[in-house]
Amino acid sequence: MTEVSLAGPPSAMAGKRIGSDLQAQRLRSAWLFLAPTFLVLAMVAGWPLVRTIYFSFTNASLTNLSAAEFVGLQNYLSWVTLKSGRTIYRGLLADTAWWNAVWNTLRFTVISVSIETVLGLIVALVLNAQFPGRGLVRAAILIPWAIPTIVSAKMWAWMLNDQFGILNDILLSLGLISQKIAWTASPDTAMIAVLIVDVWKTTPFMALLILAGLQMVPGEIYEATKIDGVHPVKVFWRITLPLIRPALMVAVIFRMLDALRIFDLIYVLTPNNTQTKTMSVLARENLFDFDKFAYGAAASTMLFLIIAAITVLYMWFGRVNLEGER
Amino acid sequence: MKPIVRTLIFCAAITGAADLAAAAEISVAANSTGKNLSFLREQIAKFEKDTGHKVNLVTMPPSSSEQFSQYRLWLAAGNKDVDVYQTDVIWAPQLADQFVDLTEATKDVAGAHFPSIVQSQTVNGKLVALPFYTDAPALYYRKDLLDKYGKKPPETWDELAATAKEIQDKERAAGNPDIWGFVFQGNAYEGLTCNALEWIKSSGGGQIVEPDGTISVNNEKAAAALERVKGWIGTISPRGVLAYQEEESRGVWQTGNAVFMRNWPYAYALGNGDDSAVKGKFDVTPLPMATGGDQHSSTLGGWNLAVSKYSDEQEASITLVKFLTSPEVQKARAIQLSNLPTIAALYDDREVAAAQPFMPNWKPIFENAVPRPSAVAKVKYNEVSSKFWSAVHNTLSGNGTAAENLELLEVDLTELQGDGW
Repeated sequence: MTEVSLAGPPSAMAGKRIGSDLQAQRLRSAWLFLAPTFLVLAMVAGWPLVRTIYFSFTNASLTNLSAAEFVGLQNYLSWVTLKSGRTIYRGLLADTAWWNAVWNTLRFTVISVSIETVLGLIVALVLNAQFPGRGLVRAAILIPWAIPTIVSAKMWAWMLNDQFGILNDILLSLGLISQKIAWTASPDTAMIAVLIVDVWKTTPFMALLILAGLQMVPGEIYEATKIDGVHPVKVFWRITLPLIRPALMVAVIFRMLDALRIFDLIYVLTPNNTQTKTMSVLARENLFDFDKFAYGAAASTMLFLIIAAITVLYMWFGRVNLEGER
Repeated sequence: MKPIVRTLIFCAAITGAADLAAAAEISVAANSTGKNLSFLREQIAKFEKDTGHKVNLVTMPPSSSEQFSQYRLWLAAGNKDVDVYQTDVIWAPQLADQFVDLTEATKDVAGAHFPSIVQSQTVNGKLVALPFYTDAPALYYRKDLLDKYGKKPPETWDELAATAKEIQDKERAAGNPDIWGFVFQGNAYEGLTCNALEWIKSSGGGQIVEPDGTISVNNEKAAAALERVKGWIGTISPRGVLAYQEEESRGVWQTGNAVFMRNWPYAYALGNGDDSAVKGKFDVTPLPMATGGDQHSSTLGGWNLAVSKYSDEQEASITLVKFLTSPEVQKARAIQLSNLPTIAALYDDREVAAAQPFMPNWKPIFENAVPRPSAVAKVKYNEVSSKFWSAVHNTLSGNGTAAENLELLEVDLTELQGDGW
């Protein structure tokens, strides 16, 4: 909108009025065009969110949702002081299982997104280079991303199977391991197994987004560096990386949001395993498996708040850095 | 001539319409363990032919924990798309409100089933589901291997471990590197609750929560039982057993890579199938116990059929349930799938005994089977079970000792119990 008024004649009174009329009209039509989107969003995202938050303050049970009564913050935190003077804390914020899930989720997010970003960047740089059959390779690399998570998780579950899985077979015949590893069962490797599958699946997504950023970089800059004889490593750090930074930031935030609410992969690969149970898995368990719908709603609400907080923080820090460079 | 033709057409149209109104379309949700679905398809085809109703099969996952949460979701939403649900024996108290009372409709047939099973499906005087088949697990053993090394089927767990170790080691030395001594269900899910309940009960360690509501799980015998099993992981059982459900352990067993397996009777018919590497080479015996003074313990399993109260076709659904639980279908099921019938007379049936020689001996085992504490814990049962299997899984995977984990479990269960179950 500011651009519209700036573009108008700077001094003429009449021009200004026309400008603001035009502005108001544009604003109206903008709202008109946006209204269906907002309406749909309110219905499919807003309403469930509000309902979930509401249920988190009640004692709702899935068998009879309409009988829910308001209980305040009890699902989040409550305490009773016993006669002996000891205080017992209850609720989500005092639940070790919940904090274990938070820790698992954060650990998973940081590790998986870091690996995927680096690998994605490498893949994107390779795909950005000119070589015969590039189009084919670009299409082929997207396959893991195109397979539904449930399918790829189940597929990997068989490949990771300790007795007849192909992964153990390959590692054994290469002599890298002496005994078959129980990837999804043992507490030491369960998270690694999940990470392997996630990295395999989502690196193409990162590569694609970064590749889009790479293609925005004008070729003349590279020609200039070639003429000046700049070392390719220096070109990468001084030119490529800063220029694709906005695209990289967006890619990371997309992945991070996805990773923070990871559910399907873990649910299929290592269900109920304490080492890999994430916030979403815990919320689902309470919502549907246990008779604790309200508690699960509280977990979902906390999950929403945590993701929102991390996103805001990330965007805030990201922008500060970006502006600092300018 | 013309008016007669018109009348005839009119009559035909009316009868046609009447037929359409009587034929209902029913959907049955059933799990995909073993050959359950193909068997049901066969029986349903018969039912469709006899009644003119149309029946759709809704495929559910083999894990009963996953199946349960899907059911809960559908029922909470008042889903009309599924009319008949195949339910686990432990679900009746949790889902009772959502199912039709079958007492009146099945008065004529309910008496033929074992009273204890009918009792387990009766909540506050309401018959929630009709027994489909019952289940009591067995110890599967490789007859050929035991004979080869001059061993007898084990009576106690320690005997089992010793025999398994010896045969496993000797077989590996003889050029069979993939063989393991014992496979069971160690994944963190309802099946681990069943397995661990057997280990503890057969060691005299109680049944987690006693019928009177006492939380008994934190005791020395229970801890010793779990420590014993922990010693098996990586020695006679593959580490991966901690991620196995029924079908994964059957996979190892049926490819000939295990000396012993704990599993439900359905694996008997499948193990004798033409594609099985152990066909004719194995037999079953009751699960072992800790010492001679203890008792064999098998967790009571079994599946039932319930009719949703949100169904628009309740009458047709009840007809289907009665058909699928009838002696004829149960007999066919026993012969083809080696599932245990819920009708006492079938255990003496000659054809059943010929097809599944183990079955007549299984009646006492099933009659003494240990129920999971679902009746006492009611709606909190799933949480009890989840806390229990987590404590067991933690112990087996080396995350704390059995004593520590059971002590924590007791605290958790006491808190969950609150003022009462």
